[in-house]
Amino acid sequence: MQLGPLQLTVRWEVRQKQPPLLSALTLLGALAMGFLWVGLVFFFLGVDPVFALRKIFVGSFGSVYGWKESLTKGIPLFLISSGLCVAYQAKFWNIGAESQLLMGAVCSTWFGLHVGASLSPIVGIPLMFFMGFLGGALWGVIPAILKVRFGVSEVISTLMLNYIAAEFVSYLIVGPWKGTTKYGYPYTDDLPKHLLLGTIPGSRIHYITLFLGIVISIALFILLYRTKFGYEVRVVGESPEAAKYAGIDFFRTSLLIMIISGGVAGMAGVGEVAGIHHHLSYPGNISAGYGFTAVITAWLGRLNPLGSLIAGFFFAGILVGGDAIQISLRLPAATVHIFNGILLFVLLVGNFFLNHRPLLQLHRR
Amino acid sequence: MVGLIISTLHRTIMAGTSLLLGTTGEILTERSGILNLGVEGMMNLGAVAGFMVTYRTGNLLWGVFAALLAGGAAAALHGFITVYVKANQTVSGLALSMLGVGLAGVLGKPFIGHQLPVRLEQIEIPLLGQIPVLGELLFHQDPLFYGGIVLAFASWFFLRYTRTGIRIRSVGENPRASESQGIPVEKFRFLCTVGGGAFAGLAGAHVVLSYSTSWTEGIVAGRGWIVVGLTIFSLWNPLRGMIGAFLFGGIFVTQYVLQPLGVPPNLLAMLPYGATLVVLLLDGLRKDQRSLHAPAALGEPYSR
Amino acid sequence: MAGKSLLKKIQTVQMEKISKYFQGVAANRNIDLTIRGGEILGLLGENGAGKTTLMNILYGLYRPDGGRILIDGVEATFRSPRDAIRAGIGMVHQHFMLVQNHTVVENIVLGDGEAPFLFPQRAVEQKLLKFQELYGLKVPPYARVWQLSAGEQQRVEIVKALMQGADLLILDEPTSVLTPLESRDLFSILRRMAGEGHGVVIISHKLEEILDLCHRVVVLRKGEVVGEADTKGVTKEELARMMVGRSVVFSFDWKPAPKGEVVLQVEGITVRSDRGTVAVKNVDLSVHRREIVGIAGVAGNGQRELVEAITGLRKVESGRIRILGKDITNQSARVIHAEGVAHIPEERIRFGTVPNLLIYENAVLKRHHFAPFSDVLFLDYSEIKSHAVDLVEQFTVAAPSIRVPMKHLSGGNIQKLIVGREVSAGPALLVASHPTYGLDVGATEYIRKQLLKRREEGEAVLLVSEDLEEILELSDRIAVMFEGHIVGILNRQEATIEQIGLLMGGVRS
Repeated sequence: MQLGPLQLTVRWEVRQKQPPLLSALTLLGALAMGFLWVGLVFFFLGVDPVFALRKIFVGSFGSVYGWKESLTKGIPLFLISSGLCVAYQAKFWNIGAESQLLMGAVCSTWFGLHVGASLSPIVGIPLMFFMGFLGGALWGVIPAILKVRFGVSEVISTLMLNYIAAEFVSYLIVGPWKGTTKYGYPYTDDLPKHLLLGTIPGSRIHYITLFLGIVISIALFILLYRTKFGYEVRVVGESPEAAKYAGIDFFRTSLLIMIISGGVAGMAGVGEVAGIHHHLSYPGNISAGYGFTAVITAWLGRLNPLGSLIAGFFFAGILVGGDAIQISLRLPAATVHIFNGILLFVLLVGNFFLNHRPLLQLHRR
Repeated sequence: MVGLIISTLHRTIMAGTSLLLGTTGEILTERSGILNLGVEGMMNLGAVAGFMVTYRTGNLLWGVFAALLAGGAAAALHGFITVYVKANQTVSGLALSMLGVGLAGVLGKPFIGHQLPVRLEQIEIPLLGQIPVLGELLFHQDPLFYGGIVLAFASWFFLRYTRTGIRIRSVGENPRASESQGIPVEKFRFLCTVGGGAFAGLAGAHVVLSYSTSWTEGIVAGRGWIVVGLTIFSLWNPLRGMIGAFLFGGIFVTQYVLQPLGVPPNLLAMLPYGATLVVLLLDGLRKDQRSLHAPAALGEPYSR
Repeated sequence: MAGKSLLKKIQTVQMEKISKYFQGVAANRNIDLTIRGGEILGLLGENGAGKTTLMNILYGLYRPDGGRILIDGVEATFRSPRDAIRAGIGMVHQHFMLVQNHTVVENIVLGDGEAPFLFPQRAVEQKLLKFQELYGLKVPPYARVWQLSAGEQQRVEIVKALMQGADLLILDEPTSVLTPLESRDLFSILRRMAGEGHGVVIISHKLEEILDLCHRVVVLRKGEVVGEADTKGVTKEELARMMVGRSVVFSFDWKPAPKGEVVLQVEGITVRSDRGTVAVKNVDLSVHRREIVGIAGVAGNGQRELVEAITGLRKVESGRIRILGKDITNQSARVIHAEGVAHIPEERIRFGTVPNLLIYENAVLKRHHFAPFSDVLFLDYSEIKSHAVDLVEQFTVAAPSIRVPMKHLSGGNIQKLIVGREVSAGPALLVASHPTYGLDVGATEYIRKQLLKRREEGEAVLLVSEDLEEILELSDRIAVMFEGHIVGILNRQEATIEQIGLLMGGVRS
């Protein structure tokens, strides 16, 4: 910028400290910018942005029904994003939570339909969650092995596995697992009644999974910041060289990370099947993009499982509100991806302002 | 029988064209040191822009141009965030993919099931088109195929034998050394990212203007991610990228060849994604060679 | 280009009142400096004195926060190195600014404004051949840079600068990667250039080479000019006093001591480098209790790989490594550490610390899984913090608190913490790689004393360093590495700099 004979230049200097107040302010600023951009997008789509944004918040946090629904949609986000926090702290970019959720759903459905029918709920339900964990964990371990042993980028492998798992679920429900009681619909049969998860009366909140989600978030917080393993995860993520120097086994750490993060995503799949749908159906029905939204909530929570809990609830509200405007404004389901993309971008820019401060300089020309 | 094989190969080449365009673009971007995982988003935006503009104007040229612009503009966002704001390239690329897929879904919704009035017709190259078999395969294709081939060769030559190409590669290998030689690293990286995005936009245009001419949701179907994988497979060499692109074109076509044999379509649909994993895995077996070829500063933000 | 430099040479470069601040800390403060054509100027100072910053400003890499630059009396503003190159200034950085995967000609094309757009390699090759004749600087045009030795890479840098028409050539610590013999060659090239009217600036902290090579010397300390002299009328001692700000440089109390039992026994090991080439060839080595063994050699002759093999960071292809008689060949770094090997790593910030974790978290890196810092599952943060406080106090680490991220410490304090951490583990063998590289005099002295203390306490130390003075001052025995072999092991009493220098260059006596 030129001011007569003087020239104004802006230099960005790295901030030595990030005080909590600044953290909070940049976060709020980023969110505000995010909604501004989302509003702009609405505007260009021919939708009144103020109306749309208001509708989103009224739809989610403006009524008792909205709160209940937000909590329901929050359950898978709590589980998945706290698991992703562990993976991302190690800079293992697991983008495959969507399919880890699906494989959890597949394994628990199989268990519920074939084994669980003869078990009492006290044994059956925990085993069903265990099967879900196992399904997600095994699916999650594949990219870990591919990365550590063969150097395959985990971003690509987890994404490819998303497509494969989605096709696999579609294959199961139209093919071998197609229900006999569903009159041509591509669903499996319903799980036995006694394995279905109870809900809080008057809502769809399957409280067992909610409880698990909160407990697991707290447990993963303790894991990351209080245990030897968590320490190793953070060292691996911050400096792979220092991790090597410190004798941390990269293979073992990566496997464990993906068992945890894939496994909890698998448990979220159990909740969706046994708590909401009661059978396996199209992948897009089982998960409304939770695996991707959880990427944002993990980031928004600064990769802290407890922070991601709050972010998860907030975003669940946006999902519910999003549903509300999708119905009233007839917007497609993909709208939520726009939200996700924009919010990730503004969070990235927010991080820049958190880590740098502008230095204005006047030069003689 | 021969006719069947030829028509299958012909479709292979057609299916590979968008992958070729996308891979060439991503190679250009990554050679400058920027990892752009937003190819899926850029291809989606290119596809929707190409479709909408062609649908409204009935003019393919405008459609292709719109796709180019859409891809470039989307890449500019990634370029700004990663080059100037120095944000994490992985996350920014993911954000771009989400945004692109979302916008394409929303913008394309009214067009679902609609058919384009025109399409990119196949043009026969005079004389060459008369060569038996080869002429049928290589010289009866749409203009974007010819463009893609020319661009791939041109990119290879450009990166290897021109001053600017050498400088782009230097920026991706060692930005500090490049800066010390007076190369404006940020400008180079930004422009390569935008250029790569324009290629991805073209790739998206090919999907809707030639490969399929009606809009369906999720029409790009993960091709952008396959492109990212192919870029690694290509060892960042556009000529190798060409081989990879048509190999994967073949895998896309295999789906339709195997379907009449009674293989469930959902299982066939996994093929390209599974093949990507296999190819990268095989690549991983010769890790030393790859580490020699990958741009040394790929994915690392640079600041003075 | 070549023609231009024959026609007109820069007569004087004046830097007036140059100031530069990083994070509010002055790297250069009101520096006045004049450089004349045909003169070799020495820029002397400790690490961190601001020499490199000052020259980076002259080369356009940084813009000064205050002051101006005059070339032949005309004010010049450099927005980027390109402007400086155009004005006839060239620079050879300490860490070469070369693209390792590219060929020599491609590296030259990078900065050559006159290279043609199409097929620039060919044109540059022609020009390169002409320059080789002119200055006697031989470099293979189509070799990839990583295949070249450090000396050859430096020649590429010099040719590159000259081909861009550099009238004034700045060299930052040019001898740090060279054998004494190669250094002598470099000096004769530089004298020849000065004889032809080029200006040359040498950044160095080595007094002898400054006195040997330069006409004039300017001494910097803490970002300011503290002295200037003709090299003819000044002594080494006077320069040292100016540079350090006090008269005594080092005084070590090295006492002969009988060495004890064998701690490290390396038997015929062969190790590959990252590139897959054999970097360590059939090396035998032993280190005893109450002994410091120094490994000398030019960088890249297998020292790094040897150290990594001993500390478990790299696989051994053949041969055995024993610690106190126990075979630890190809054990994991964790197991080897548990057997009593501590390691002060070469790249201390990248390998030795986690910059974004807090100081107390860094204080137990490698030891977090031992009691008392953790039990089966959980870390014991109160133990960890008290250990960190102990380290900070005992090893005089200047830190605001143990709760700040490691990256906020200065280089010297980071190294003190690493040394403290490794020494406090009570290792049988301490492997120290370039422990004082880039540190200021105070920290250097401190760390050398810590190494001697290990020896006095009866433990074994393996010291790898490119600083020959350091090696000679501290070691009981000196092993010299060349092209992966240990080409000679000398006892302290019989070792001289000349002898080691010859061995470093591969000349066996």
